[in-house]
Amino acid sequence: MDQQDVVLETRDLRVFYGSFNALRDISMEIPRHKVTALIGPSGCGKSTFLRCFNRMNDLIAGSYVTGQVLYRGADIYGPAVDATRIRSEIGMVFQKPNPFPKSIFENVAFGLKINGYQGNLAEAVERSLRRAALWDEVKDRLNRSAFQLSGGQQQRLCIARALAVEPEVILMDEPASALDPIATLAIEELIRELSAEVSIIIVTHNMQQAARVSDQTAFLMMGEDRAGYLVEFGDTSQIFTNPTNERTEAYITGRFS
Amino acid sequence: MARSSFDISLHDLLDDLLQLGGMVEKAIATSLQALKDRDLKTSERVIKEDDFIDRKRWELEDRCLELIATQQPMAVDLRVLVTILHISVELERMGDYAEGIGKISLLMGNEPPLKPLVDIPLMAEKASDMLNRSLDALVRRDTEEAVAVCNKDDEVDQLYDRVYEDLLALMIQDPANVQRATYLLWVAHDLERIADRATNIAERVVFMVTGKMEELNVSKY
Repeated sequence: MDQQDVVLETRDLRVFYGSFNALRDISMEIPRHKVTALIGPSGCGKSTFLRCFNRMNDLIAGSYVTGQVLYRGADIYGPAVDATRIRSEIGMVFQKPNPFPKSIFENVAFGLKINGYQGNLAEAVERSLRRAALWDEVKDRLNRSAFQLSGGQQQRLCIARALAVEPEVILMDEPASALDPIATLAIEELIRELSAEVSIIIVTHNMQQAARVSDQTAFLMMGEDRAGYLVEFGDTSQIFTNPTNERTEAYITGRFS
Repeated sequence: MARSSFDISLHDLLDDLLQLGGMVEKAIATSLQALKDRDLKTSERVIKEDDFIDRKRWELEDRCLELIATQQPMAVDLRVLVTILHISVELERMGDYAEGIGKISLLMGNEPPLKPLVDIPLMAEKASDMLNRSLDALVRRDTEEAVAVCNKDDEVDQLYDRVYEDLLALMIQDPANVQRATYLLWVAHDLERIADRATNIAERVVFMVTGKMEELNVSKY
């Protein structure tokens, strides 16, 4: 891949929780302005891998990484790097919608305020809500509590909140697994639309979802030593119609043992 | 994790596809035999029985769609289902050619054939053999056999050339032969198409196994 098409790159990445090696030797390039799906059985380390991209694993006591995660050509685990800064450029959306106990408006404005945003806050909030395809549904009740929204709306609000600070990348950890099928499709549509301007990495247990929303798919597995490793990474269309690796084939056809 | 009910459904579907293949092979052989014997009753039966072939194909198609909708097959499972869908269409069309030969036989009525049928039955034999072997390759997922089937198409094409030249000579010799020679030419053409469709089946087998679709033998016609 051409370097300007790569937004993030891992080199020989290993993650440890204390003495436990959770991920081993992952080297891959995440394409810019594309959707990259991480799939694999439970415990294969895909969420751990996702959290490496914005140093969320730092918050777990005893965890450390070796190898590199390159963003804009520099290792985000470098000594001079401010993890908070990284997290504003590489945002995250979690499995369960987690709006703040605030109004809809304040949820989206929150990140902007703590970053000392100098522009027109109302415009920025509207822009983010529009990008998250939520504006029309909430424009008349921006001061109501975010908890009054449905699950799917709350998740789109969390996406709007992540978008407000203009991130380069959004990491999504099972963003639709707690939602009903209609809300799930709305999130999937949104992911497709956003990928024109934001790079997205999504962890999902739902293979049809990975097939529907992503451009590239990485399949991870857990080795005998219980460390997760990368089995295959390629175009989503190829992975789901003709995977190269027989373990990938077994997993996506549901014949995994 | 096993998917036994899905595996059983796939297996049954393949079995039924082979059954359809058997029906088509029989239709080809019967239509040729009836043509040779000038047995119009049997030709009529071949035409009627094509309905069974059509229905079997629709049934297979329905079941493929149902499995795609309910099981969300991926990778090789998806390729197997798409292959079954395509092959069932190829087989159904082959059945139509056998039906076509039946109809030509009726058109010829009680007139004796223009000349003893030698190359045409040989074409039928070879085309039928190609069909049989292509389905064998499917069952055994044997890409080498599939390629071998495709290579056989040249032999059928050569026979077709010969039949064409012979019939043309007869037409030039005596314009009164034109009608009957044309009928036989149609039969030869149907057989040539059957062989071509057998190569299509073989190409689908290679796709099913490797995921790659390629033309394995470009037919002259």
